[in-house]
Amino acid sequence: MSTLEIDRVRKAYGHLEVLKEVSISIGTGDFLVLLGPSGCGKSTLLNMIAGLESITGGEIRIAGKTVNDLSPKDRDIAMVFQSYALYPTMTVRQNIEFGMKIRRIAQADRDRAVKTASDLLQITHLLDRKPSQLSGGQRQRVAMGRAIVREPKLFLFDEPLSNLDAKLRVDMRTEIKRLHARLGTTIVYVTHDQIEAMTLATRVAVMKDGVVQQLDEPQAVYDRPANVYVARFVGSPAMNIVPAVLEAEGSTATAVIDIARRPAARIAGISLSAEALRRYAGRKVLVGIRPENFSIATKSAASALTVDFDVVEPTGPDTLAVFQLGGVEVTARLPPRQARAGREAALAVDTSKIVLFDSETETRID
Amino acid sequence: MAEALSRPGKARLGRLFVYGCLVVVALLYLMPLWVMVVTSLKPLDEIYGGSFIGVPKVVTLDAWRAAWSEACIGTECTGLKPYFVNSLLMVIPAVALSTGIGAINGYILTKWRFPGANFVFGLLLFGCFLPYQAILIPMARTLGLLGLAGSIPGLVAVHASYGICFTTLFFRNYFVSLPDELTKAAMVDGAGFFRIFWSVILPTSIPIIVVSCIWQFTQIWNDFLFGVSFTSGSSSPITVALNNIVNVTTGRKQYNVDMAAAMIAAIPTLVVYIVAGRYFVRGLTAGAVKG
Repeated sequence: MSTLEIDRVRKAYGHLEVLKEVSISIGTGDFLVLLGPSGCGKSTLLNMIAGLESITGGEIRIAGKTVNDLSPKDRDIAMVFQSYALYPTMTVRQNIEFGMKIRRIAQADRDRAVKTASDLLQITHLLDRKPSQLSGGQRQRVAMGRAIVREPKLFLFDEPLSNLDAKLRVDMRTEIKRLHARLGTTIVYVTHDQIEAMTLATRVAVMKDGVVQQLDEPQAVYDRPANVYVARFVGSPAMNIVPAVLEAEGSTATAVIDIARRPAARIAGISLSAEALRRYAGRKVLVGIRPENFSIATKSAASALTVDFDVVEPTGPDTLAVFQLGGVEVTARLPPRQARAGREAALAVDTSKIVLFDSETETRID
Repeated sequence: MAEALSRPGKARLGRLFVYGCLVVVALLYLMPLWVMVVTSLKPLDEIYGGSFIGVPKVVTLDAWRAAWSEACIGTECTGLKPYFVNSLLMVIPAVALSTGIGAINGYILTKWRFPGANFVFGLLLFGCFLPYQAILIPMARTLGLLGLAGSIPGLVAVHASYGICFTTLFFRNYFVSLPDELTKAAMVDGAGFFRIFWSVILPTSIPIIVVSCIWQFTQIWNDFLFGVSFTSGSSSPITVALNNIVNVTTGRKQYNVDMAAAMIAAIPTLVVYIVAGRYFVRGLTAGAVKG
């Protein structure tokens, strides 16, 4: 059993509060990604879990045991750092062994652990080299090897891929996911890269200014973002947020959006709870539409929008078309060769995927 | 054709000028050393015969022998030998102490930062700029109270404590370039304060250890003021003894012995620099190269 509970944890440096009552709880074998821009407190939180930073308030429990006052070595954790932090004067083998040596584990057991880990990570041929003789990807593997031999309750990763080039990053991402599937250890992983969060996590905590904005499965975070901030942070290109006025039509809502030089566009058939419908009818809202929820309209489509494409960016598998809608720039992801710059086009919107936000609080309306 | 030839010709002329200047300056700098070496190898009569700069007609090591083991310092005619030993007894523990303490200071000031760490570092830096003369009297009083006045251990204490400011500066600036994640990784691995220092930090610090040792060795070996102030008679370091040899003479001034004695006093620092000088330059710039 290796659960992690972060219970109303706070961190302040003097008067500067960097974490405000953060509560996160994950189960055994979960892969929690702390996602956010730099300065949101995610690395601080990870360091607090590791015991490298003190906890100002609240409690952190690993496997049900409060660890607030335990030193890192007594928390049964292992950590992989952004810079890998390999000991430069030691060989790969000595790097991996160092922790076990300190814990006075017998030589035979150490050898066995090093062998298992290096086989798993395919670094057996590197064991006698110094870190300076390794490539970035190899250093990354060694750093993971050092963590694995610890057999911890909890793995902590601090932006482990951000020092690698784009190609290697994707490969190592897969590697980490495979490792998690094989070892089944609970992982906390810090990143600012939403793709890493989406691909790796079983649970994502999106953070901003020391506050958890949303804690959920990655797909849920993507489909039902808790607020405009999360909507914009997760997904690339970002979710389009378009101002509109809501009208009630029977049991569904219609978003009325201004378009320059044309009659207002109406997106009908948005499902909404009766209470929200009552509350927001006739009021301004923000309509969130993912780029892939646009499509070229068939002739019969009732709720088609007529727009003018400004810019068209082919990416290969699909084409990104940029146009103005409701006074903001909007991006649609369309099949290739279906959009041309400067042309008028009719677009349909998948209304079942639309998310509405309050125009003042910017939180989701259900 | 003529133009094509003249350009490399001009460049050669320029280079000739540069090398010419370098040779002249080098000769100028080597001149005193040359005079010292040749004078120390001449018999006294030849020197008084008027040959000062020229190559010795008769080469003899008598002056070196005299300087090492026969020359009179005050009333004792023991040569420099016992004072050379004094200096070794002073310099080795003083260098080891100041380098060791400086390394730990630098380690604490960068990897185990505490509130006010910068203030403490500022105070230590201030120590680097304290003139020797300013601390002579308080130091003499302190040594007296500690019962170390006039002894080699007393001199070791003075040099070690005075050197800590410099060594701390060296190590602090070197350790600042080591990533903090290194210490964090070692903490997660279960290493404590001294284990991290010994197994992780120190092995990476060879260049700066060498720099610190060379610097401290040169400073302490060459020091005259502390030596003459805090020791007397048979516990003096070699610099004080050298001064006494040169100043105290009966009869004809023995230039050859003086020169040989000066060379003997200078040899250890030269050796240290030649053996470890490579690291000196490398260590001083190491902090700048590290990413």
